[in-house]
Parts: sequence; C-alpha cells; structure tokens
Amino acid sequence: MVAGLDAERVVGRSLRRKEDLRLLTGTSCFVDDFERPDALHAAILRSPHAHARIAAIDASAALGDDRVVEVLTSADLPRPLPRIPMRMYSLAGMDLLLQPPLADGVVRYSGEPVAVALAESRYAAEDALERLQVSYEPLEPLLDPTAALAPDSPILHPEADSNLAGEIRVTWGDVEAAFADADVVVEERLQCQRHGAVPLEPRGLVAEAVQGGGVTVWGAAKIVHTNRRILAALLDLPEDRVRFVELDVGGGFGGRGEFYPEDFLVPFCALRQRRPVAWTEDREENLRALNHSREQVHDIAIALRADGTLLALRDRFFMNTGAYVRTHGAVVPNMTVALLPGPYRWRAYDCTAQQVVTNKTPAGTYRAPGRYEANFVRERMIDIASRRMDRDPADLRRQNLIPASQMPYEVGTHTDGHPVVFDSGDFPLLLDKGLENFDYGEMLRWRAADPGPGRRRGVGVGYFVEKSGIARWEYARVGVGDDGGAVAHVGSASVGQGMETVLAQVCAETLGVPFEAVTVSHGDTEVVPEGMGSFGSRASMLGGSAVAIASEALRKRLIDVAAERMEASPGDLTIEGDRVIARGSPAVGVPLVELSDGAPDEEARFESPDMAFPYGLHCVALEADVETGAVDIHRYAVAYDVGRAINPQLVHGQIVGGVAQGLGGALLEEFAYDASGQLVSGSFMDYLMPTAGEVPLVRVLVTEDGPTPLNPLGAKGAGEGGTAAAGAVIANAVSDALGVEATALPLTPERVVELADERRAA
Amino acid sequence: MTSRKVAIEINGETYERDVEPRLLLSDFIRHEAGLTGTHVGCEHGVCGACTVQMDGEPVRSCLTLAVQAEGHSLTTVESLAQEDGTLHPLQQAFHETHGLQCGFCTPGFLMSLEPLLAEARDFDDREIREALAGNLCRCTGYQNIVAAVKLAAERMNGVEATVEQ
Repeated sequence: MVAGLDAERVVGRSLRRKEDLRLLTGTSCFVDDFERPDALHAAILRSPHAHARIAAIDASAALGDDRVVEVLTSADLPRPLPRIPMRMYSLAGMDLLLQPPLADGVVRYSGEPVAVALAESRYAAEDALERLQVSYEPLEPLLDPTAALAPDSPILHPEADSNLAGEIRVTWGDVEAAFADADVVVEERLQCQRHGAVPLEPRGLVAEAVQGGGVTVWGAAKIVHTNRRILAALLDLPEDRVRFVELDVGGGFGGRGEFYPEDFLVPFCALRQRRPVAWTEDREENLRALNHSREQVHDIAIALRADGTLLALRDRFFMNTGAYVRTHGAVVPNMTVALLPGPYRWRAYDCTAQQVVTNKTPAGTYRAPGRYEANFVRERMIDIASRRMDRDPADLRRQNLIPASQMPYEVGTHTDGHPVVFDSGDFPLLLDKGLENFDYGEMLRWRAADPGPGRRRGVGVGYFVEKSGIARWEYARVGVGDDGGAVAHVGSASVGQGMETVLAQVCAETLGVPFEAVTVSHGDTEVVPEGMGSFGSRASMLGGSAVAIASEALRKRLIDVAAERMEASPGDLTIEGDRVIARGSPAVGVPLVELSDGAPDEEARFESPDMAFPYGLHCVALEADVETGAVDIHRYAVAYDVGRAINPQLVHGQIVGGVAQGLGGALLEEFAYDASGQLVSGSFMDYLMPTAGEVPLVRVLVTEDGPTPLNPLGAKGAGEGGTAAAGAVIANAVSDALGVEATALPLTPERVVELADERRAA
Repeated sequence: MTSRKVAIEINGETYERDVEPRLLLSDFIRHEAGLTGTHVGCEHGVCGACTVQMDGEPVRSCLTLAVQAEGHSLTTVESLAQEDGTLHPLQQAFHETHGLQCGFCTPGFLMSLEPLLAEARDFDDREIREALAGNLCRCTGYQNIVAAVKLAAERMNGVEATVEQ
C-alpha cells in the first residue's frame, strides 16, 4: 500500500462520531430540553376504555383552576374532523379507518386522546386532567382478529362495512400440485406477539405561531418534510408557512417520528392560543400511544421433497392493526408477504395477509417491520422440517439458497407495487462465513455435552434477507462554509444512529477535505428544502449517495474555478485541507472559501432504481432451564453483508443494538392486554426491555461481498439486520434444546416451562 | 398548592427556589436549575436516565422530591468534564468505544458508573454488567458500554490503552 493512502481514506474507517461530544457532556438538546418563553403546557386525557361511547365531557372543574387556560375536545376541532393520512403503501378502503386527533363520540382503544388541557405548567395541566369529568358508556371490546372477522361481529368503524382493513394476496407457481407431490409437508400455526419500538426518549413537541400566519414545530423526527406536508394540509396552511425543526432525537426504531394525533394537536393549540405550546409524553402514555407492532398469527405450510428440496410455501396470516390505520397503511403486512420467501428458491408460493382492526393501540412499524415476523415463521418451518427429516438445519438451508449465479433474482413479490428483486450477493458464501464466525462445529459439540440436571442445550440458526432504501430518493446540498470547511445539508434525519458522522465521511472522502472540516446540517425545513428522512435503513445508502454526488459536483467546480485562477489544468489540481493545490506543489494553492465565494451550493437528488437487499445469518447457542424457564445465551453471532460499510464501528453498533431489541422481542417484551382491552404492560416494570444482564456479547461479522450496483457507494442499509432474525433463532434454539416445537413468541420463562412440561408429557 | 423555599446545591452552585413539595428532583434539576443534561425516561425509577449523584451516591432523580435534596450536595453529568473541556476518562471511553448512539440514556449511565470507577481497580465483565443493570439503553445492546467501562478503568489505573479506528 502506498504510504499515506490509508490516512486519506475516510469511507470505510471507524471514525469517532461527531454527535458524541454534546451527548456525553449534557449539552445536547432533546425536545424536552427546548424551551420557548411564555409557553403553555399541554397534557392529554386518554381513554381508560378500550371501546366506549363518550356521553359527555364536563371541563368546568378543570377550568376552575386559574392556571388552566383551555380544555379542548373534538368539538373544538375544525369540521370536517381532520384525519391523519397514510404516507405509504395503502389499500382501498383504508381511508375510512383513519384516526382523528381527538376521539369523536367513540373511543376505540385504551389510550386514545379524548381531550387536551392547556395550562401554565405541566403539573397544572396534569391536575386539570384529573378534574375532567368524562361519562363513558362502555362497549364490548374486540381484541382478537379472528373474532373481529366473524360474520356477527360488531363493526368498529361504521363507515366501513367490515373490520377487515385490507387483504393482500400474492401467489405464483402451482402450489396445489407442489403440496400434492411433496414427500414432506409441515404445517403449523405460529404467532408473534405485539411489541414495539419504545425509544428511551419519550415523544415531545414545542409549537409556536409565527407572525403573518404559520407555525414552527420543534421536536420533529424521522420524516420532517413529510410531516410538514401532512400538518400543512390538516391546518389548511401553505406548506411554506409551516416550519419543522428536528432537535436531538432519542431513538426512533420505526415508532417515533410518524405523524400522531399530538402532531396535529400541539401546533393547532399554539395557533389557537397565540402562545407557544409544549408537550412531552410520560412513559405510560408512550407505551399506550406510540405505534405497536408485530402482532401476527400465521397458518403456514411448507412442502419438501424427500431429498430436502423446498417446493412450496403457503401461508395465511392475520395482522392485528389496532383501532385505526395509521400512517404506514398496509406497509407491515405487505413487507411480510414480500419477504417471507427469504433467501430460498421456492417453486410455488401463496401468501394471504389480512389486516384487521381491533380495540388495541394502532400499529405501525418497528425495526425490521413485517420481516422479524416473516423470518420467525419461515425459519421456524425450515427447522421443524429439518428435525422431521433428520437433516442438519444449516445444511438444509444451504441446499436451498439462491446461488450467486442467479443474481439479480426476481422473487415474485412486490413492495409498494414494485417487484422485489434481490440485487446482489452470495448467499451460500455468507452462510459459510456466518457459521464459521459462530463456530458451528464447536457449538454442536458444546450442545452435545451434558449441561447438568434440569438444563437443556440448543443451537439455532436463521437466515434472512433484509431490504433497505425504501422510498428510493434523497436530497443533499453541499457547499463551502465561511470557515472554509464543507457543509452538507441533507434530507436524512438523525434518530441517534450516527448519520451526521456517516454522511460527513462520504462528503470528506468525495470532496477531499478533512472529516473534521465537514458539518452536516439536517432537520430544519427552512434550511433543507426537501428530503425523505430516515427510516427503513436508508440514510447511509440514499443520503450518502446524494451527498457523494453533490460533493463530487462541488469538487469539480472548485477545481475548475481554481484552474482558471491558477492558470493550470484541472487534472493537475486537487483539494487538500481547505485549499485547492497543484499536485506535488502544496505551497501553491487557493483557499476553498475564496473559490466558492458567492457561488451557490451544489445540489443533488439521488434516486435509486430499486431497493437494495442486504442479507445475513443469526446463530445462537443457549441453555434452557426446565424448572425456572430461564434461557441463558451461551453464544450469539450475526454475519451481515451490507455491501459496503462506511463506518464499520457504527455498523457493528447497529447490529449489536438490533440484536438486543430482537432478543427483547424473542424473550421478554409484550404489549399484553386483558380481556377488557386494558394494556397490562404499561410500565417498564411490566414491559420488560433487555438490560445489560440479558444481552450477551454478540460476535459480529460484517462482510462486503455483495456491494449493490444500485448506488455509487455500493452500500446497503445496515440498520435492521441485527433485529431481523433474532426471534427466529431463539425459537429455533429453544425448540432444539427442549425437543418440542415452540410456536409462539415471546419465550418467557413461563412459556419455556410450559414447553418443557409438554415435552415431559409426550 | 403551598410552595416551600428550598436551597439545593448542584455541581457546587446553590439554587434557591420556591417549589411545590411535590416537585420531582428531576424537574427541579432540569427546569429550575436549567441543567437539562439529566434526562427523564420513565418517571418510575426503572430506566435510570435521570440518575444523578447525591453526596456521591447515584440516585434516581425522578423518584426523589426536590425538597428531599435540601442540605445534600448533588452532581450531574454537566460536572464530569473539566472546565477546559477535557472529558472525564469515562466520557472519553464511551466516545472511543462507541458506547452511545442516541445518547439519551448516556448521562444516567455516566452518573451511575462514575463512583464505581473511583474504586480504581480492574473489573470483569460480569461485575460491569451488574453495575449497568439498573440503566436501560435501547440502542447499543450494552456491549460497547461494557467495553467503555473496561477502557476507562484501565486508564484510570494508569494503563495506556487505545481503541483501533
């Protein structure tokens, strides 16, 4: 290697994050840290019932407190009542199931906003909630999708003619014939429980009316431009009269940053009162109000030949979408249908999804939405088949993987009306590398050793194909700042993942300036004119590509201007530090700040022709205790091909953090409801997120064997693979340990003991 | 509600305020003293984001009333770095090991761990994980936080240690 070359490379190095200093020293600014003078504080009264008619609301006692300024109910909202629209893939009829900002006569889930109290302090606003008198006439709650689809079921939304929000069916090949000809058929009912994102920072907003009409909203996240458009439409304001500003954001994971009732209510109240309004939810609200996810019940069957060849997959599943269809529309069940086939060559496929409304909190996405569930059911089925056929589960998978020679591979499913085409990669190679990273042979020997009385050992593997870069474009503008450094204004959003660092690396490398000299600006719609934001593992690959293109254009322009000024050929010039210099004569140069003087920044809008599909393998070796139901993880390993890792340390961090969330879903977390529709896990004492005591050390192998041809970086998204197959491998390994097939998540101690008892009884 | 005068020392400075007896210490620190580095994640004592030190011991400021802090000496995350901006070894180690992502939980982790490190000895993974178990992090999976504690402990014991970049 040429001396010095390595130091110039910025992309591909684990540079330390630009974000850290403010976060480590307490000088960050999360939304609840942000204050406007003379602000009112909002608190939201939420329905205590899962399903009830609102007979009357009496605010007189609350308004008797002179610190309370106003109490709003749906009667105070504009008519026709605003409904929060869908922003992504939707199905016909779903527009009848959208949520109003405040319940209008009927509440449909416990936690639904009923009224807003505005007061001089948060404490006074909460006092007001306690004094609000609401008379409810309880109605029977519908919690189970099967019951909700029964012919005699009450209809939750009278405008719709059933509780079926939507149905998606994809089929190809002759499924019937494949099952008729099969040597082995495995059929199961498999269930994934309701859980969700639960970022550690609760949501919050600060809104303030601006002179001349319009409103500014601080605390936006994830999709600031989209949410600005939605709010402007709901408030009937021109889009340029609405400004959204992103502050530090304490985790997203799919849940945070969607447009929720509060995203209308807080700006609406600020405009109405002509005073700033601040709102921060508490944790109990957060657990009842933020999108839930993952609740699916599958009736699935696979057909195989005796030699292990996978023939057909047939599945029919319910997705419990809760009381209203939210911004994601039909995205989650569609993702399950689209990626359920996974990395295998099937001869025939038939999958039907039914999205059903019930009296639970509305559902949306959570890291690897629809795929965590799909990987769980498909990989479970492969393992059950392996056991029945006495085949090594890794070997049966290897036999059926799509070979590298068949890339790009058309799966036959669709996302958002777009065909799913695996763009690049070598699935068998990743399997081999992943098993080696785990040390599969050693783990099988460990499994065979005697763990002692009451202990059972199991090993599980799970293969998955992720998707990345949904909503395929992103915006960036790159220029030279007053200090001679580069400034990249990007449409991507920070949800804590480190995107300022990653995009600065791309800018620094492309432009040729030091990483330290790059500033990334994002999240203020007055500064960044457009953008899609950060979701679905898209910021690095799409935001990064937009930054690369804009940076390249800026580099070319600066060098061209310098060439004229220096009377040199552009080919002889390069950027070093904060100057353009002649190659080999660093003494002669022109500062960038002079070269860019007055010229506009370079803009780019990168559009990928398609999504990119990273792929990977999870492996786990664990020990289950048949008496206590405890599951102790002995080793956990993930291998993930992300095409190109811009900052390997951050990719590693995404994977390990993703595994922790996946393990939470596999072992602990559940939004559990009682028969009356009350969320019984509405605190962190009941909704159990993994602590340092539960999350093992994860062996991570990041590979770059399948760079995508779809963007200039070759990068695929890396945000969701750590979560995607965690439910699958834990269930596979627990089943392996106990000798009985686990069919439902989470595998809590109680359920593990039940499974062990089932085995003993058999 | 009748208010009451309190004088609370935070990071060496005394804040005198009239507060309601029900005011949470976390709210006093954040909104009366304006020290917003202390975060509130659950308000029921589980997540640990609001951890501060009272007379050197980590406490949950969301489970403490402001009036209970009178006469005690509090420290928050804002006190960790030196005045010239030099980070505390623990902060520096979090930075180098990528021990934080969104950073919302980080001040609570730092304030929980700092007294442990003052013991100036080596820690094994199990001990560190036990020490971390009272704080929730939703982003990192804890692995790099464990690494950060080890790195900081080594350095505070005079061992020169680096993290590959």
